[in-house]
Amino acid sequence: MSTLTIENVCSDYDGQVVLRHLDLTLAQGEIVALLGPSGCGKTTLLRAIAGLQAISQGSISINGQTLSGDGVFVASEQRGVGMIFQDYALFPHLTVADNILFGVNELNRTVRLARLEEMLELVKLTGLASRYPHELSGGQQQRVSIARALAYQPELLLLDEPFSNIDAQVRNDMMLEIRAILKQRNVSAVFVTHSKDEAFVFADKLALFKDGAIIQHGKAETLYSAPADRYVADFLGAGNYLPVTVTSSHQVHYSLGDLSSTEALSLPIGSQGQLLLRPQQIELHPSINGRGCIVERHFLGTVCHYQVQIGADILNVSSQLTTLMAGQRVDINITAHPLVIFN
Amino acid sequence: MILGLTRSWSLAGYFITAILILPLIALIVQSTLPDQAVFSHLFNTVLPTYIANSLLLMLLVGLGTLVLAIPAAWLIARCDFPFRRYFQWLLLLPLAMPAYIVAYVYTDMLDYAGPVQRVLRAWFGWQSPLDYYFPAIRSLGGAAIILSLVLFPYIYLLARTAFMEQSSSLLYASRVMGCSPWRSFWRLAMPMARPALAVGVALVAMETAADFATVSYFAVPTLTTAVYDTWLGYGSLTAAAKLSAIMLLVVFSMIGVERFARRKQQLFQKQSSLNEADRYVLSSKMAWVALGYCALLLFIAFLLPFMVLCAYAIDYFNESWDVRFWQYSLNSLYIAAIVSGVCVVLSLILMFVRRVSPRKSDQIPARLSSTGYALPGTVLAIGVLVPLTFIDFAINDIYDWFGARGPGLLLTGSVFALIFAFCVRFIAISIGSLENSYKRISPSLDMACITLGRTPTQLLWRVHLPLLRKGIFAGALLVFIESMKELPAALLLRPIGFENLATYVFQFVSDEKLEHGALAAIVIVLVGLVPLIYLNRSLEQQG
Repeated sequence: MSTLTIENVCSDYDGQVVLRHLDLTLAQGEIVALLGPSGCGKTTLLRAIAGLQAISQGSISINGQTLSGDGVFVASEQRGVGMIFQDYALFPHLTVADNILFGVNELNRTVRLARLEEMLELVKLTGLASRYPHELSGGQQQRVSIARALAYQPELLLLDEPFSNIDAQVRNDMMLEIRAILKQRNVSAVFVTHSKDEAFVFADKLALFKDGAIIQHGKAETLYSAPADRYVADFLGAGNYLPVTVTSSHQVHYSLGDLSSTEALSLPIGSQGQLLLRPQQIELHPSINGRGCIVERHFLGTVCHYQVQIGADILNVSSQLTTLMAGQRVDINITAHPLVIFN
Repeated sequence: MILGLTRSWSLAGYFITAILILPLIALIVQSTLPDQAVFSHLFNTVLPTYIANSLLLMLLVGLGTLVLAIPAAWLIARCDFPFRRYFQWLLLLPLAMPAYIVAYVYTDMLDYAGPVQRVLRAWFGWQSPLDYYFPAIRSLGGAAIILSLVLFPYIYLLARTAFMEQSSSLLYASRVMGCSPWRSFWRLAMPMARPALAVGVALVAMETAADFATVSYFAVPTLTTAVYDTWLGYGSLTAAAKLSAIMLLVVFSMIGVERFARRKQQLFQKQSSLNEADRYVLSSKMAWVALGYCALLLFIAFLLPFMVLCAYAIDYFNESWDVRFWQYSLNSLYIAAIVSGVCVVLSLILMFVRRVSPRKSDQIPARLSSTGYALPGTVLAIGVLVPLTFIDFAINDIYDWFGARGPGLLLTGSVFALIFAFCVRFIAISIGSLENSYKRISPSLDMACITLGRTPTQLLWRVHLPLLRKGIFAGALLVFIESMKELPAALLLRPIGFENLATYVFQFVSDEKLEHGALAAIVIVLVGLVPLIYLNRSLEQQG
């Protein structure tokens, strides 16, 4: 069953269209990342789901109940969505305990304390209940805000750039930890980020935004290996583009010869297009008579990044082979994969 | 922003605003009515002189404050000399001095029977006023000097900030291009400080236009005293409203100047502050001159009058320390307490609506409600009298219609009119204070609170109120103090037989025996020091 359903949602603000005909569904326990550059409308959609932003068309519903649209508007405070903010939005005048219990309506003291203890344990902050937010580190504050949102037992959790204020060294661990918490409690979540790396680590699915519209949405692997267009391809990772001509349902021709696809191509035979090659899909073999020449080399630890000149083209290649040097001649080989061609 | 905010919040905002701008509207409407020849009589006889006096006074005080303030501001912002850090805030103190008290002290000292002329006569053997010339302090010029002495801190403050916020690299640039300190002052610092000075002069001109007590004491007729006399002398609200409308024209054009200059100010001042090391080190002779200038200014504008007040209070302690002093202090306190309470509650509602409302039009009430601050006390009093008199008469008419005896002047005959006028005038202060505090509360706190299932009212109580505590306190305190100091509106609106500290002190000033009211005057000065402490602290936090 889908927790969240977004149908044909449009929104405008000051006469400017910020969301264009968005469709998105989210299954129970699933985490979707709204990914895109700043100003693309992803935060607007998040706020629209929370009831903090009006929509001009379409509908938003949670568990089958319409919250926005069709003449219905459920106030934010009645939606039962939890929200995590970039600045954590902890109430500075309340202790950790009071922050966590802020949204809990249960009056029974024992139940409240039990909820508090459960949450503190969940986010590993046991013993810090009487601290104030300013006495905590950034990561601890983030955990309190997660605990506060979960203590409210929301139908859906919304996260607005929650990791952008966390130090780069601990960000990855933090993401994995919070993801584990959400998975453990089977919470559905919508997560806004501009970083593809965060989206890959944290989310099950991605929805890639551009100018207020969702360009493509699905599993991260799908978007990465079968991007709908060049924008998606470029946003999710570096790539080389080579002009090719489709010669059969599984084959193309390009400047270095013929290439086979492991899956049928969508473009008709005879059509021309740009072939996407990710830097790690190109293998390098040192060879004195190689057709390519290494013009630049950057050592990045586990891999080496090379620029290889072949004829007039420069290819970016990422290789485990770190011993090649600038000026060395190489042969190249494309690993077998379903080819992606844009026209 | 709360999309689900009910209309009742917006309506509350509009309702409050409507009441608060009622005096202004009433004034404008009333001024368009025909009157019983009072205004045309005034217009044909004395009014041109009054207007000329008002304008001339504004001009003279503007010049006077500039002359006094700019050297002090420059010395303190850009030079180093002994005790500079102390003078930095000491020079704000004259603001706490009501001008009419300073006027009284200097008149006492400088007029014919005063110690200065007595000593001169004894020295030179003069027998009568015919033997020598001594400038009359009770004159337009005298009023201009007194007002300049108490108002120069406005310009000092703005100019000092302007000089300090001029970027150090500009100073370096002019130095390496061979400009002497004097030349860079005239060619660089002054032109860049011009918008700030314009803001200051506009504020000073507004204060001057609004001054009632000093010119009244010196018997210099201006528009402000004309409004007062027209109401109390001729009893013509319409003529008083017409005069007030002229005042409004003057005041609002000053506000226009101020707004325009403030926009320019942002172009020239960066938020960077000057390096300590970039101050000019003065030669020991020049350092003494600088120190002497600042000390003299402080002495004349604050210390001397204050010491004289203290001397009065000691000499006439038994006359001052009586039941009236306590009674009137209590009156001042309770009026000020009510006003500050009302202002805080109303401004909290206005600012809350402004912050969380999704409707653009809801931004208006808080802005509009602040306009009362621009109204001079006398003008405001007339503006309050117009609608309240109307309502009072209407109430009595209704009683009459039912054959009952009316309750009399329910609103204008009680402290209600006074409290209402003070609220209209001072709510801008609490609105400003809350606005500043609200800026420091992240909007995401509102969103967090609302998405955690709390209603807008709970947001106000459980999140905003605790976080606004400081701003609420500061706003309430400042309103309280202003309400204790405000004189002209109190003079016109107090019920018969009612006195507060300000009117009580002014009564003594008018009767030429401030000695007997010195204690009350000292209380007013001390109360006036509190906001300066606040101002200074907030400036130091910025720096």
